Amino acid sequence: MNLITGLFKTSIGKKFIMAVTGGGLFLFVIGHMLGNLQIFLGPEHINAYGHFLQHSPEILWPARIGLLAFVVLHIWSAIALSRENQAARPVGYRNSPAPVAASYQSRVMAMTGLIVASFIIYHLLHFTAQTEAVNFTGYDFKHFSDHRARHDVYHMMVVGFSSKLASSFYILGMALLCLHLNHGVNAMFQSLGLKNAAYAKLIERFALISSGVIFVGNCSIPLAVLAGLLK
Amino acid sequence: MNLTLTVWRQKNASDPGRFENYAAKDIIPDMSFLEMLDVVNDRLVAEGREPIAFDSDCREGICGACSCVINGVPHGGHRGTTACQLHMRHFKDGDTIVIEPWRAKAFPVIRDLVTDRSAFDRVIQAGGFVSVNTGGTPDANCLPVPKENADLAMDAAQCIGCGACVAACKNASAMLFVSAKIGHLGLLPQGAVEQERRVINMVAQMDAEGFGNCTVTGSCEAVCPKEISLNFISRMNRDYAVALLKGRQPDRK
Repeated sequence: MNLITGLFKTSIGKKFIMAVTGGGLFLFVIGHMLGNLQIFLGPEHINAYGHFLQHSPEILWPARIGLLAFVVLHIWSAIALSRENQAARPVGYRNSPAPVAASYQSRVMAMTGLIVASFIIYHLLHFTAQTEAVNFTGYDFKHFSDHRARHDVYHMMVVGFSSKLASSFYILGMALLCLHLNHGVNAMFQSLGLKNAAYAKLIERFALISSGVIFVGNCSIPLAVLAGLLK
Repeated sequence: MNLTLTVWRQKNASDPGRFENYAAKDIIPDMSFLEMLDVVNDRLVAEGREPIAFDSDCREGICGACSCVINGVPHGGHRGTTACQLHMRHFKDGDTIVIEPWRAKAFPVIRDLVTDRSAFDRVIQAGGFVSVNTGGTPDANCLPVPKENADLAMDAAQCIGCGACVAACKNASAMLFVSAKIGHLGLLPQGAVEQERRVINMVAQMDAEGFGNCTVTGSCEAVCPKEISLNFISRMNRDYAVALLKGRQPDRK
């Protein structure tokens, strides 16, 4: 079978696309979190990190284009698979009982995915495009610069998260992302055929711990700002 | 015990179908679920009414014919139990029991609780043959099979093809069934020869039948009367990836 046809036309092929793109995005989320946690090292570090990324277009743009392609493929496979799934059960059961033994997070992947997607759009407008209208603080983040005339990422994050509205949307977004990842990371190994009896427990634990770490790590920034630990 | 049954009644595939209530009186707790249905049907026949159509054959949990969704759970929700092995002692006097057929586009209702599961047969047919030498009986142990593989293959071979996995899955996915067949044959040296062709063809047929896709909820594994593990789906995905990368194409029909 032509590999492309096999990937895009068959049930398991689409699951491979879903799993590989999901895995790539999962790794990005971890990298992104580690980068942002440098805020706890002080303005010097995080501003240097921001400056480095902004002035390395040969890294920035391939990463952005790659991420966009992964997001598009991830959403495309989700829509294609969900439509097939809905068509496969035209008549449901009486009083729509919850599927047996299916975890909550496994049943709400579409919902968590959609809200996370809308959160990502907000996040891009908020800190990447720095659209003043969505930050609810009355400041224009584009004008923040530090003593070395670099973009003051530290100040932007502190001011940005001082808005309770923005911070709570971030925390909600992270909660749903981690619910999504708790099932998604486990299902990714399963879909790629990388799960067996020997590693099943380890993979499940990894999914739980990694999604928990991402939640705590990312939420620590808005929470630290709101608590007045970062000024 | 006296119970109320809310049963799906449907004359044929084109009838929209509806639920009807029946009183199940004087049921002995030691009866199996299907024996209870027999008693209800005997009374319906005596009253000149149409009995409830349901599938059954061996009534000892090895044939895979019985197929009722009982209170929303295929086979009634007792671990490793088919509907025919489910006993009325698990219910309480006065209970109302909802009985429905398997629900899936690939399993159209023929009548009442009976569905057409020949989609499974076509998936099996798509799997093709296993190369076995004809002639004299081979010597024992001339074809070594590791104990672990023999055990795993036997776990998968327990599948009786009842379709409870499809009925339980929120996506009506048949991946547990298909992966059990692929795993069972691919784990043994006799079946391993055609494994790549088999996995590509069976998955193509599974897709063509209109089953849904696995979202790893584990419902299939939970209701499977033979307790087939979700790990077989992972194994099938692995085999499929290998066959795909090697450029295997489904056989033309």
